[in-house]
Amino acid sequence: MFLDLLSLILLVSAALWTVMTRSLLRSAIGLALTSAVLTVIMFKMEANLAAVFELSVCAGLIPVLFVSVVSLTQPYTHQEILERMKSMFARFRLLPVILIGVGLILVLLGPHSQVQLPLPESGENTRFILWHLRQLDLLGQVIILLGGVFGVAVLFKERKKSA
Amino acid sequence: MLSAIFVVLLFIIGIYCIMASYNLVRALIGLEILIKAVTLLIIAAGAKSGHLHLAQALVITVIVVEVVMITVAVGVVVGIHIYNNSLDVRKVRRLKG
Repeated sequence: MFLDLLSLILLVSAALWTVMTRSLLRSAIGLALTSAVLTVIMFKMEANLAAVFELSVCAGLIPVLFVSVVSLTQPYTHQEILERMKSMFARFRLLPVILIGVGLILVLLGPHSQVQLPLPESGENTRFILWHLRQLDLLGQVIILLGGVFGVAVLFKERKKSA
Repeated sequence: MLSAIFVVLLFIIGIYCIMASYNLVRALIGLEILIKAVTLLIIAAGAKSGHLHLAQALVITVIVVEVVMITVAVGVVVGIHIYNNSLDVRKVRRLKG
């Protein structure tokens, strides 16, 4: 019970640090941390297959993509980051206050709040559902993957130099 | 109930980040946090209703769509940086249409 609450608080704290930290590189690392904590929560709820996907893809691949785009674009120098810090903190200073306020309101309004993650009931196998009952989802995934590959190919194709 | 409260908090963080940041990469990170909230919501709803395996199948689909979306969005961001030499949304003024 305490661990459930702790992991959920850690998840929100990691997400808050991700959006409020000044460096984009730290934001990417914070995103990986958020995904890792979400993976722990999924394992605790016995969603093992989804947790493995979350850990390998969301905590592994996507932060690498973000680090790549940060290194490709080199958005700001350290001096520029320090200059922009004030305006960024001014814009984000309300966020923790809003979170605490909304959290307190939701806790107070929730009539049957139970401080425990729900446990699942036994059912059919995830693989069976994915391959036999949700075949259209798989087709959609393949189409989306092909669309993504086509999109990236179009975005990064070499353009002819104008004479 | 408890996980629903934290889903709402994650949603607020993601939406606030998208609305308050001028940097395109940070806006994408906000979008990622929104997707984390959706993932947690699907899993919690599946566990609560006793359809966790179906929820896992849906989460796997969400993750695949998320990866493709982020990859294409990162490509667009790099393209914008090449043309505008900036990632500030206020400086993206040279779009067609």
